[in-house]
Amino acid sequence: MKQKKHIKGGVKTPHYKNTAKSETKFMPIPEKIEIPMLHHIGAPCTPTVKKGDEVMVGTLIGDSGAFVSAPIHSSVSGTVVDVKKRLFPNGANVDSVIIKSDGLQTIDPGIKPPDIKSKDEFLKAVRASGLVGLGGAGFPAHVKLNPPKDKKIDYLLINAAECEPYITSDYRETIENSWNIISGINIVMDFLDIENVIIGVEDNKPTTIKILNDIADTDKKITAVSLKSKYPQGAEKMLIYALTGKKVPAGGLPMDVGVIVMNVTSVSFIAKYMKTGMPLVKKRLTVDGAVIKEPSNVEVCIGTYIKDLIDFCGGFTEEPYKILMGGPMMGLAQYTADTPILKQNNAILAFNKKQSMLPEQTACIRCGNCVRACPMSLMPQQLDVFSEAQDVEELQKYNIMSCIECGSCSYVCPAKRHLVQSIKKGKVLVKTKGQK
Amino acid sequence: MAENRLIVNSSPHMKCLKNTSSIMLDVIIALIPAVILSVYFFSYVAAIIIAVSVATSVIFEYLYNLVSKKKQTVSNLSAVVTGLILALNLPPVKSSIWIAAVGTLIAIVIVKMLFGGIGKNIFNPAIAARVFLTVSFASQMTSWVAPGVDGVSAATPLALAKAGEITVYLDLFLGNVGGSLGETSAFALLIGGLWLLLRRVITWHIPVAFIGTVALGAVVFGQDPLFHVLAGGLLLGAIFMATDYVTSPITWKGKLIFGFGCGLITIAIRVYGNLPEGVSFSILLMNALVPLIDRYTIPKSFGEVKKNA
Repeated sequence: MKQKKHIKGGVKTPHYKNTAKSETKFMPIPEKIEIPMLHHIGAPCTPTVKKGDEVMVGTLIGDSGAFVSAPIHSSVSGTVVDVKKRLFPNGANVDSVIIKSDGLQTIDPGIKPPDIKSKDEFLKAVRASGLVGLGGAGFPAHVKLNPPKDKKIDYLLINAAECEPYITSDYRETIENSWNIISGINIVMDFLDIENVIIGVEDNKPTTIKILNDIADTDKKITAVSLKSKYPQGAEKMLIYALTGKKVPAGGLPMDVGVIVMNVTSVSFIAKYMKTGMPLVKKRLTVDGAVIKEPSNVEVCIGTYIKDLIDFCGGFTEEPYKILMGGPMMGLAQYTADTPILKQNNAILAFNKKQSMLPEQTACIRCGNCVRACPMSLMPQQLDVFSEAQDVEELQKYNIMSCIECGSCSYVCPAKRHLVQSIKKGKVLVKTKGQK
Repeated sequence: MAENRLIVNSSPHMKCLKNTSSIMLDVIIALIPAVILSVYFFSYVAAIIIAVSVATSVIFEYLYNLVSKKKQTVSNLSAVVTGLILALNLPPVKSSIWIAAVGTLIAIVIVKMLFGGIGKNIFNPAIAARVFLTVSFASQMTSWVAPGVDGVSAATPLALAKAGEITVYLDLFLGNVGGSLGETSAFALLIGGLWLLLRRVITWHIPVAFIGTVALGAVVFGQDPLFHVLAGGLLLGAIFMATDYVTSPITWKGKLIFGFGCGLITIAIRVYGNLPEGVSFSILLMNALVPLIDRYTIPKSFGEVKKNA
């Protein structure tokens, strides 16, 4: 099947999918891990364990009463050595549970496959699994899968676009766990009563397309679509447009156009959880970048420190100048390698000096490349001007809140303007003004 | 690992290779055919004018930055482009050598740097300077000569047309006619334009709207559209000057309006005005309207919900 619409704007970034052929390696259990109480978008969890408690693999260690939140489980067996507040690179200052592993990986006796008969039980199970959107955003899955009654869902879209350079974590999932993907899709279709499923894959991953098409053929309602590679096609709104031609209204959600989008690894995890009952405590990450000795795909325990993961990949070949959580287009630069891996992380990249240094920002020459690159049809260059002038009214007029921060504008800018940074600042301005 | 060395900044962490200098370099490359043909047709005088214009342009920008204690910007090559384009707008006679220096002083110092430098100027520096020179040094700026070393004075095809004389298409196309250094050869300018399109430096919108409007206007006024396209400074203006990023609208809709406006004013001046040529004036006038055009051509954002009045 062909893609329905071609997204406007976007950029052709180099792919750098160096690790595409790297079969998932399993990292030995680290001696110590640290699990923060906020991975997802939503309310942070409150720790349910205290210093000195014994935990096992899958033991609940944090939960929240809020609807938009997801419980957090221990990824190792061992002893809680500390629970303390910690500032994370995303700006959140939350409790963090530090666990010393006993190396035995004893599984919590409470772990058993969930017994599900109804949609409600299914949603409860998804919540209990701690699943969040594994594409990177980390939106709690049970919230996404539970749209209000008046929203009829026509399509389940599976996001296997993986348009960020370097990252091959989802790609490996499609190759190594394709049956789980189809099984997960069927589970979601059945319980949520969704009739159509489209899997979106970019055409730089022909193997994925072949595998998924082979499996999908057994059921006519599940189709895999090859998308012409273009960043940021994996962004939710762009994917919906490319696969269905529907435009999510500004400020709206996919459900407003009758769509639920799930990451391919997320849906695969649902199948695994239904079979084993083991909550989300492990994640595959792509470890790559110029200074990583052995770039590879690694499955790690949630809470593993970045530095331990990098050591497992042979360490650094030379001094790193930048460490990213996520891809180069939207990833978060870390100030330390002591940061733990989160549930929704899909890559750790380490760059050398040349890759890390930012070119100097010069005057905008109004070339309009940013306007052409913006998938949301915004005018980044104008937003930059108004953000610097702190003109909230103009920022709103130019629809600043629609920006998805994909980075396409900054990528193409010949004057090397820090457009995304400026727009992020502008958004904060608009938000704080709205609260007054 | 020296962790305090880790660089933390906002995403994205990847940038394309294009920068302001590389874009300007593409414009310079696109102008090379016109430069070569101008030297071929108008001999060494053309070469001297071009050299002086480019050199003074760069020197003035360098000195301005030096005196005003600003960061040097000459390496972005925009001054070279301005100097080149201004030279191509001058008549191929010896007086143009000092006129070029006066022109670049106006273009770089007054029109560009005093407005805040690259990106901030309202008017295209080369255009504004050409208009200034045309008004101030009317006789020198219209001392046209026929191609060749001897510099026999001759009228431009447009002036000839106003007097009822016809120029052969082939001469117009190749540039074997009277006129300013770079505007005479449609052939050279089209090659340059093609380069700019292929390198995605410019889009088709402004040149097509501009040239199309002039051609259509010629038809409406009962004149020869092909002649109007090939003669005078239309191609140079539409391909190289109206497309100047800084002084043209950003969106494609704005670019079409801008090109249409330029075309309309050009043909109006050519048909009704006292002057034989109107390309520079039209671009200059439309430059002033760019903020307004930009204002009314804000694109509808993806999924934009209609705002209730």
